[in-house]
Amino acid sequence: MSVLVFAESLTGKIKKSALEALSYGYQIAQQQGTTCVALTIGNAEGADTLGQYGADKVLQVSQVAGFDSQVYANIISQVAQQVGATVVVFAHSSSGKSVAGRVAVRLGAGLVSAVTSLLAGNAVNKNVFSGKGIATYSINTRVKVVTVSANTFPPKQVRETNIPAEAANVSVPASKIRVKETSTVEGIVPLPEADLVVSAGRGMKGPENWGIVEELAATLGATTACSRPVADIHWRPHHEHVGQTGVAIKPTLYIAIGISGAIQHLAGVNQSKTIVVINKDPEAPFFKAADYGIVGDLFDVVPKLTAAIKNFKANN
Amino acid sequence: MKILVCVSQTPDTTSKIQFANGNTELDKAGIQFIMNPYDEWYALVRALELKEANAGSTVTLLHVGGAANEPTIRKGLAIGADDAIRVDAEATSSYFVAKQIAANAQGFDVIFFGKETIDYNGSEVPAMVAELLDLPFVSYGSKMTTSGNVATIERDIEGGKETVEVDFPFVLSCAKGMAEQRIPNMQGIMMSKRKPVKVVPAVAADNTASVTSYSLPAAKAGVKMISPDNVEELVKLLHNEAKVL
Repeated sequence: MSVLVFAESLTGKIKKSALEALSYGYQIAQQQGTTCVALTIGNAEGADTLGQYGADKVLQVSQVAGFDSQVYANIISQVAQQVGATVVVFAHSSSGKSVAGRVAVRLGAGLVSAVTSLLAGNAVNKNVFSGKGIATYSINTRVKVVTVSANTFPPKQVRETNIPAEAANVSVPASKIRVKETSTVEGIVPLPEADLVVSAGRGMKGPENWGIVEELAATLGATTACSRPVADIHWRPHHEHVGQTGVAIKPTLYIAIGISGAIQHLAGVNQSKTIVVINKDPEAPFFKAADYGIVGDLFDVVPKLTAAIKNFKANN
Repeated sequence: MKILVCVSQTPDTTSKIQFANGNTELDKAGIQFIMNPYDEWYALVRALELKEANAGSTVTLLHVGGAANEPTIRKGLAIGADDAIRVDAEATSSYFVAKQIAANAQGFDVIFFGKETIDYNGSEVPAMVAELLDLPFVSYGSKMTTSGNVATIERDIEGGKETVEVDFPFVLSCAKGMAEQRIPNMQGIMMSKRKPVKVVPAVAADNTASVTSYSLPAAKAGVKMISPDNVEELVKLLHNEAKVL
């Protein structure tokens, strides 16, 4: 028996979401008294360090070029059978979500996605209806597949030493998908993985005013985001749009600046741990979903907040 | 080209969520059900664009649900789909739905989905269907061009984009950017009433995972208002109380 964690990488690097999935897998393995096996596919720099984050064994299939859910699912299922996995863990990410359903079908396993609790026997929880409800599932199969909700199980270093990655002995099927280009924004934490997010909307009055938002984000080490109208009129890039039709996020801190808080926006951000709303309109619906609110002119409040955080960081 | 679009029905985003029957099911009283927005705005409309660009093509809708869901299917037909298949069964789990879709999706050149439903947000069904049919799967597509038998698709990944090429047939899930919402016009609504909807029985599927109970999240403590002249107080609260700084 074992717990198998797919430790995903993007453009050659292990993702933070992979360490979160590993944190989950490690805790399940501890609970069940079994070993936790991490698997990387493709170029995954730093695979050896997965041992520090809970893997007892690290397997690697490097002879795969681009992402193809069909190829990945085939490989992961072969490894799951070889290591006798009873739980297969994925991150709830673009690749994890694309592969988990396929692996569940291949293994005849029940799947629950975006879980927010550890497995307790067959039971596991997830948030439903855009965070307005919690569902408890029963996974009724011997082998269980889960994808792990982002920013819910923080990566944890459990030992000091690396575990050298070994090549897994699998057959790699031919891919029917040709990956032409993979481009990611360099130097920032991608929104779905970000712990801290500073987001702004139409209250900014124009794209030329975003400097104060970017400065606040830089001071915090946060990722910038925006509301839908702002992305639709191209004040900000499409990939920054958070909300129901954009990216759904669960950071520990979400600061919303000049965003009224339409229900579709809230649906994508209301699972944030702490929400701060800055808006000049005291009637903005966002205040009802916030933990902390400031009614005021954002062009006045935001620079002051940046200064206060700089001051705090200098003294702590 | 034979195009299939899988559509599901979800509570409207503005719905107040409550549970009934000992917290084992959604309380449907007062809930307005709509076609899942990703299925309608992006998958269905892009499928129609593909049909319009390829003379002689057809767009078929596939829905798993009871007779009460017929308005959702009619809306899809009014927007422009040619016909529909309804699997006459409650959509009880993602694996059950995937099995129903796979049983009715043979012989199509491309199978469209929305990237996820807005109720369970699981994104599980498209991948399962692709595996059941042994087809390639391109997820979170935000742009697609086609040339002969090849589709070039841009897909959303964390913090960026990936461009892939795939030959037909394949399974595609659609995100924002793939198409622009279309509102059904009067002619479409009139014609939708005469378009055929085939009702088929469900096939058997193992209950691999299912919801046993629901609960409501703990209520928020309520917003703490801070004076705009005292942002230091906010920093203090974020550090000491919320512990996020």
